[in-house]
Amino acid sequence: MTPRSANIPVATTADENSLAVSESPGGLWSDVRRRFRRNAIALVGFYVVCFLTCVALFADFLANDKPYYLEYHGKVYFPILRSYLVGMRLANWPTELLNVNFKKLEGAKGIFPPNPYRPSNINLLEPLESPSSKHWFGTDKLGRDVASGMIHGSRISLSIGFVAVGIAVIIGVILGAIAGYFGSWVDLVISRLFEIMLSIPTFFLLITVAALLPPSIFLTMAIIGMTSWVGMARFTRNEFLRIRSLDYVTAAIALGVSDRKVMFKHILPNALAPVIVSVVLGIAGAILVESSLSFLGIGVPAELVTWGSILHEASTTTFAWWLAVFPGFAIFITVLAYYLVGEGLREVLDPRLRGLR
Amino acid sequence: MGSYLVQRFLLLIPTFIGVTLIGFLVMHLAPGDPAELRAAGGLGGAREGAISRNKQGSVDEALSQWRKQYGLDRPIPIQYAIWLSNLATLNFGESFKDNQSVWLKISERIPVTVKLNLLSLLLVYAIAIPLGIYSATHPNSLGDQVTTLIAFVLFAVPLIWAATMAIVFICGGDFLYLFPPAGLESLEYSSNWPLWRKFKDQTWHLFLPVVMLSYDGFAGLSRYMRASMLDVMGQDFVQMARAKGLAERVVVFKHVVRNSLIPQVTILASILPGLIGGSIIIETIFSIPGLGQLGYESVLARDYPTVMALFTVSALLTLLGILISDLLLAVVDPRIAFGRRQQ
Repeated sequence: MTPRSANIPVATTADENSLAVSESPGGLWSDVRRRFRRNAIALVGFYVVCFLTCVALFADFLANDKPYYLEYHGKVYFPILRSYLVGMRLANWPTELLNVNFKKLEGAKGIFPPNPYRPSNINLLEPLESPSSKHWFGTDKLGRDVASGMIHGSRISLSIGFVAVGIAVIIGVILGAIAGYFGSWVDLVISRLFEIMLSIPTFFLLITVAALLPPSIFLTMAIIGMTSWVGMARFTRNEFLRIRSLDYVTAAIALGVSDRKVMFKHILPNALAPVIVSVVLGIAGAILVESSLSFLGIGVPAELVTWGSILHEASTTTFAWWLAVFPGFAIFITVLAYYLVGEGLREVLDPRLRGLR
Repeated sequence: MGSYLVQRFLLLIPTFIGVTLIGFLVMHLAPGDPAELRAAGGLGGAREGAISRNKQGSVDEALSQWRKQYGLDRPIPIQYAIWLSNLATLNFGESFKDNQSVWLKISERIPVTVKLNLLSLLLVYAIAIPLGIYSATHPNSLGDQVTTLIAFVLFAVPLIWAATMAIVFICGGDFLYLFPPAGLESLEYSSNWPLWRKFKDQTWHLFLPVVMLSYDGFAGLSRYMRASMLDVMGQDFVQMARAKGLAERVVVFKHVVRNSLIPQVTILASILPGLIGGSIIIETIFSIPGLGQLGYESVLARDYPTVMALFTVSALLTLLGILISDLLLAVVDPRIAFGRRQQ
């Protein structure tokens, strides 16, 4: 018995159209962009997210034990770029540079990254040093540089966040779409599934699965993704339920458009707003979960340095305050930035909040 | 009300079966069956190859014996049925680690975790509700903006960071010694201390873990409370109450707060699983002998029966929380029970 949009006087729709045209010539997304830009706090969050993504992307150029540029025996090398080629099996190390310590090459001239360490560089002569100009954020028990570990750790955190949420979105959107579109018993069964997932102690399930399987980043991504789709599925379901009863969907079905096409071509684009918000918030959640897992020493291989694993070391060597302060702050800032962007997007995308500010 | 209760309870049965089924399948997904895991536990974690050849025969014999004893030679659906029927008598089998009864191990730790979680829930509601009321009655004031900001920031503080910072900076170590870094009571704690001293010692030990478990909950809840209050305040009956000349205090506390508390009851159900996850981290960091610590240790030791039992118990506790919050909701808001019956 929902009121049909046909009941709305024609004048109002025309009014709304003219208003929409005058306000946002470029459609919904340019409107969203403009409104988002007005929200200073969300914008700060967005810049922080961009900054962190850049750090993760260019981690090799920010913290590396190889120089950007090297002059050695009269020849010029670009070791960092070369290491990419070697990684892709397109080139090999020249024999004189194979397995050498670039910092101790005699007669070589090179330009090193601002942080000349890799997180895997163990230096047992400098264990647990406090922050200095040499080691910005100090070193850990094995003399590994904490700043370098954090720069490279941001790669792990962000990639786990993105991939896990990607998996969660695929599962959540498909299940939510099916439940909301077909309704009746399909909805009932899938909703039971939601309730099951909600009452499962997710974190406990997570550490159980992660501990039973061999430690691996990819498995951790998959497990986090597979346990965190419920929120997205419920949002999608509710949106589909609402949109399915709209006239244009009825018209599409009457025209004989296939179910799949109606669901994903006609309904999904209009149901995306809440999904986008929960994707952004979900990345923050996945990063939190990943850091807790590696804090507990579960899931991610032990030799990998992550934000969580550095924090764990702090809880056992309590005088080394730098091991607690910096990686934790990194997690906090990342999560906060994603929350801010998510909240900003919610305000922009949620039609009920429109006009409030 | 009675039929609503029955209906709600019946709906929990498929959920419970689904939850335990998932737990059961997860345990079977692990490489190696429980008998092999048990053999590994019993032999001090010895892997294949580490066992000398002449002992291999007796190990195989023990394996097949265990498989028979635990019914592991039967198909998985039947194993699941056996496990479910054992559950009815709280028979979770014996721990692989020390051959103790799993239920005994769990039951002696339940009070600790329940105490911790109940205290944090109380703290969450005791702080969040008044804060939410304040924010909603003074919308967009400086106080409201500050509390919103603080709630937002607290929400983003990772639990592992907060706890580690506390351990490093205020629990002994090289800095302040305001709170104990571990345990639930002092080493010299004795049962013949006067009541006040016992209370003081326990509070001193519980303070940090409880605060750590609650802070993100109360950040979330105060925002929900604020939103829900503002929602109710916009409704006609509140305007009506004001129009007939009721004092603002009466309008707020008698009409608005009561109605906006209703959705907060359902939040209880969604806070619970988070608290259980939080207990794992907090109990591990602060060495508190509760279910969370037992869970973490059992997972690391691959103590199959204990993990499965803990999984079930915490799922049951969560389901119980959902049930209680649904029933509370029906008590606070009779429309819900009534509406369900009509459908």
